[in-house]
Amino acid sequence: MSSLSDPTLAAAAARVLETGAGLAEPDVLAVLRLPDEELPAVLEIAHQVRMRWCGPEVEVEGIVSVKTGGCPEDCHFCSQSGVFASPVRAVWLDIPALVESARQTAATGATEFCIVAAVRGPDERLMAQMRAGVAAIRETVDINIAASLGMLSQEQVDELVAMGIHRYNHNLETARSFFPQVVSTHTWDERFSTLRMVRDSGMEVCCGGILGLGESVGQRAEFAVQLAALAPDEVPLNFLNPRPGTPLGDAAVVDARDALRAIAAFRLALPRTILRYAGGREITLGDLGTRDGLLGGVNAVIVGNYLTTLGRSPDQDLALLDELKMPVKALSSAL
Amino acid sequence: MTYCDRCGTPLSSETEHAACRATRELEPPRFCPVCRRRMKVQVLPTGWRAVCVEHGERTG
Repeated sequence: MSSLSDPTLAAAAARVLETGAGLAEPDVLAVLRLPDEELPAVLEIAHQVRMRWCGPEVEVEGIVSVKTGGCPEDCHFCSQSGVFASPVRAVWLDIPALVESARQTAATGATEFCIVAAVRGPDERLMAQMRAGVAAIRETVDINIAASLGMLSQEQVDELVAMGIHRYNHNLETARSFFPQVVSTHTWDERFSTLRMVRDSGMEVCCGGILGLGESVGQRAEFAVQLAALAPDEVPLNFLNPRPGTPLGDAAVVDARDALRAIAAFRLALPRTILRYAGGREITLGDLGTRDGLLGGVNAVIVGNYLTTLGRSPDQDLALLDELKMPVKALSSAL
Repeated sequence: MTYCDRCGTPLSSETEHAACRATRELEPPRFCPVCRRRMKVQVLPTGWRAVCVEHGERTG
């Protein structure tokens, strides 16, 4: 194992590798504060932890927005909020386009297809669209279907389970202590209550957030540990892509080295979790950084486009995984 | 093209909006380049579709 200069932190990281139990908050913070010269060492340790507790496979996912824009919530990073002067207009995806999106996603070798809606929570129209869309996808496309529809009632949780939704995404977005600076229309605890219902339902829990919202390094550590306490099956890690018209439209992009430190820190806090590259990686890390993250703890990717922005070509990511000798997780082993 | 399809402001020369052009590599268009209306844009896993109520559909 590569060594870290701080013997206490080195011992803590070695314990993560040995036991599969995540770092405590002070150690996560220490990772986030490591000097640049120790970044390769901590990425290597994070990679070893990922390989030991998750294996070499990479889970590939595609996402699509079934209802874009016009959201009543005021998440300050989001171009889909109807509260801000964003150029994103409200639009719904019809069922044929939804099925075609699933088909395109499956053609990349992805095992996951996540249907996302920009809403506070689903209304009957959206639930009806989900019922019809999920049924239509199941008829023609062999892929796991996940959903991200905001805050849910218990009835809606039950209905999603009945539809066969196997994983539900609901991001906590940032540390509990920082959340009120980012969202005023609902609370971190409201989000958490949906996650609790999802967990109790038997659906897999997908919960991550966005780095670069203005949170402190300490709040990044706080967030990693709060996620670890939730024990989600998957953590999607986004980096802020400042969107025109939003309150964070002029915010700086996260420094690539800070992003890589965060990847290592989140892996060491969540040794057994699927840690997914999500939005913003292209502008934050570029091609080289994407590779470094895959060798530093990341074991899942969103391929293709995001909800309102475009991503790299799936072929680029799949070629990189092939070069790194990281097999794409097969559907049979994902079920 | 009359308007920048990213920010919607008028284009008066080929050298303008270099930043918008660079950003557009990872974004779909948002404004109709003919009339600057905001378009309805759907981003799909491997492409995008944008519709201007007056000038029709564009894809990429």
